[in-house]
Amino acid sequence: MVSTAFPVFTSHTGIVVPLDRANVDTDQIIPKQFLKSIKRTGFGENLFDSWRYQDEGTIGKTNRIINPDFVLNDPKYKEASILLARRNFGCGSSREHAVWAILQYGIRCVLAPSYADIFYNNSFNNGLLPIELADSLIDRLFIEALQPSPMTVDVDLAQQSISSSGGITATFDIDSTRKHRLMTGMDNVALTLEHQVLIEEFEVTHRQRMPWLFND
Amino acid sequence: MDLLYIDRHLLHEVTSPQAFEGLKLAHRLPWRRTNNLATVDHAIPTTDRSNGVSGIQDPIAKEQVITLDQNCREFQIEYFDLLDARQGIVHVVGPEQGATLPGMTIVCGDSHTSTHGAFGALAHGIGTSEVEHVLATQCLVQQKSKNFKIEISGDLGPGVYAKDLILALIRMIGTAGATGHTIEYTGKAIEDLSIEGRMTVCNMSIEGGARAGLMGIDDKLVEYLEARPFAPKGGLWNQAVDYWFTLNTDDAAIYDQHRVLDVSRLSPQVSWGTNPEMVVDIDATIPAPTDFNDANNAEVAERSLSYMGLTPGMAVNEILLDKVFIGSCTNSRIEDLREASKVVKGRRVASRLIGAYIVPGSGLVKRQAEQEGLDEVFKNAGFEWREPGCSMCLAMNDDRLYPGERCASTSNRNFEGRQGHQGRTHLVSPATAAASAIRGTLTDVREFL
Ligand code: SF4
Repeated sequence: MVSTAFPVFTSHTGIVVPLDRANVDTDQIIPKQFLKSIKRTGFGENLFDSWRYQDEGTIGKTNRIINPDFVLNDPKYKEASILLARRNFGCGSSREHAVWAILQYGIRCVLAPSYADIFYNNSFNNGLLPIELADSLIDRLFIEALQPSPMTVDVDLAQQSISSSGGITATFDIDSTRKHRLMTGMDNVALTLEHQVLIEEFEVTHRQRMPWLFND
Repeated sequence: MDLLYIDRHLLHEVTSPQAFEGLKLAHRLPWRRTNNLATVDHAIPTTDRSNGVSGIQDPIAKEQVITLDQNCREFQIEYFDLLDARQGIVHVVGPEQGATLPGMTIVCGDSHTSTHGAFGALAHGIGTSEVEHVLATQCLVQQKSKNFKIEISGDLGPGVYAKDLILALIRMIGTAGATGHTIEYTGKAIEDLSIEGRMTVCNMSIEGGARAGLMGIDDKLVEYLEARPFAPKGGLWNQAVDYWFTLNTDDAAIYDQHRVLDVSRLSPQVSWGTNPEMVVDIDATIPAPTDFNDANNAEVAERSLSYMGLTPGMAVNEILLDKVFIGSCTNSRIEDLREASKVVKGRRVASRLIGAYIVPGSGLVKRQAEQEGLDEVFKNAGFEWREPGCSMCLAMNDDRLYPGERCASTSNRNFEGRQGHQGRTHLVSPATAAASAIRGTLTDVREFL
C-alpha cells in the first residue's frame, strides 16, 4: 500500500512575497543553529532568521526584535503563500530544513529563474513546488508584486500554468515524475520498494562484477 | 528519473535523525546495513573530549549526538563515535579509511560529499528524505546530470595551492556555473596535485553549483588507497585495481560544456564578498559595484561590501583580521597542516588576533600531526590546537565569529552568518591563512617563502 507523505499539490492561489535577492543560500533560509533539532517541525518561525529579526536567534527564543525593513515583515505580505525570488535560489548546504522552514512558514510554491540542484530535489520530497520561469517573466512579476496592492497568483500544476491578478500568464516545465509525485503526495520509498525484485537482481550482478564492494 | 544504486552511504548527526525516525515510523530496516558508515562532526565541541558525550554543554547538540549513538546501535551501523580515534569530519574520514573507492556511487546528507569525486567515485550530497530513501532502498531516484569538462592547465607557482585553483575556478564560472552538471576535472595541474589537493578541488564543486566533481584514476590514487582499512585486500585488491583503470574517460567522450583555466600565473586567491564567486587576487584591491556589468550583480556587490565592512579600492593585503581558522573538510588534512606549519614555524601569531584555531579533520590526522611535532609548532606560535570536527566552518558549536569579526578561513563558504551571526569570512588556502595569522592582515604568503 502506498501512503501519502505530504499534502498533495494540485493547484494553489496565494499572495506573492517578492524577495529581491539572487543566490539566496540555505544558510540564510534557515541558519545553522536551528539544525540541532532532531525534529522535522518547528522551523517556520526561523525562516530567514537573520534577515527577519534584528537579534540573533536560538532554538525556542521568543520576544524577537523584528526587522521592519525585511520584506516578509511588511504587513502587506503577511498572508503570502508564494515566494518570488531571483536566480540560483537555495544554493549551498543540502539541509532539507530549508524546505521544511519554507513550508512551515506557510509558503507552498516558489517562483524563480533557477534553483540549486539539491534544494530543488528536496522540495519535491516535501510537497513544495519550485517553478522555474524565464528571467524576463520574473522581472515582470517583481514589478507587479511591488505595486501598492499585493499580487495574487493562481498556480495550476495539472495545466503547468500560472496567472497573476494583474494579468501576467505563463506556462512552466516540470519533469512528469516529479509532477505526478506532487499531485499524489506518494511516499517515494514505497514507490521504489515496488521495484524490490529489480534492485535485488541488480545487487546479485553487481556483487559478481565488483565483489570488493561487498563485505557482508 | 531513474533509480541509482548506492554503494556507500555516509551519515552524521545533523541530517540523519529525521531519516531514522521516518524509517522507524514505517517499520523499515536498512536495506544493506554494512555499506553505511557514520560519525559525528557538525555540532560537537572541539575542546576537551575526555568526558565524551556527557561533556557536551549544549543540551540540544548533546541530544542530537545521543540520537545518532542510539540510531547506530539500534540499526547496527558502523559508527566512529565522539571518543573513537577515527572520528572526524565525514569527508575526511571516508577517504582516510578507504571507505571511498573508485567506481562507487557515494551519498551523504551533506553537500560537500562532492569531495569523494577525487577518487573517481560518483559522489554527491542529498537531503534528509533521500537519506531515509537510501537507508530503506539502497537507491536514489535520480536524474542524469549533464557533463562539464574543466581542464586546468599550467603549473601552480610557489605559494599557490589546490584551494587557490578552485577559488579561481568558481570565480570564473560563478556559483551557479555548473548547476545541473557533474564536473570532470582534467589537465596537467590536476594530475600534478596530490590526492589531498584533489579532494580540496572536488570538495568545492558544489560551490560552483555542481552536485558532483570527478577525477580520473592514476597510480598516485591507487597508491594512496592501498592498505587502507576498508580497501579490498589480496586478490580482490588486484581485481579492483584492474577494474578501476577501465573507468577513465574515453578520448572521444562528449561533454555538454567545456572550459579551460590556466593556472600558471595564478596568485593566491581570497574571497572578498558573501558568496564563493566573489574572489580576488591577494595582491589586488577590493572591487567597486561599478566594476560589475549588470545592475543585479552591482547591487549584490554593494550589499556584500556593506556586510563585509569593506570599501572599494582597499588593498586586500591590508585588511585587518580578528580571527584565523584552519580546518573544515576543504583543508584540514595532514598536508594542509604541514603547509601551514611551514609558514608558522618560528613565528608568532599577531597580537591583534583574538583567536587562531587549528582544527584537524580527524582524530587520525591529529595524531599524525602530533607525531610530526606540528602541534608544537602551532601552539608555540599562539594557535589553539583543537579536537577534530567541523568547528568554525559552520559554527554550530562554540567556535564562531561574533558580530563584525573578520576571519581568514580555510573553509568553503563565506555566506552571511555562516561562521557566526554577522561574522565576516575570507576564504583562503591554509598557507595564506597561516601567513595572515602571523601578520594579522590578509597576507600574500609568497612573502614568507
Ligand atoms: S567541515 Fe564545513 S562544509 Fe565540511 S562537512 Fe563540516 S560543516 Fe560541512
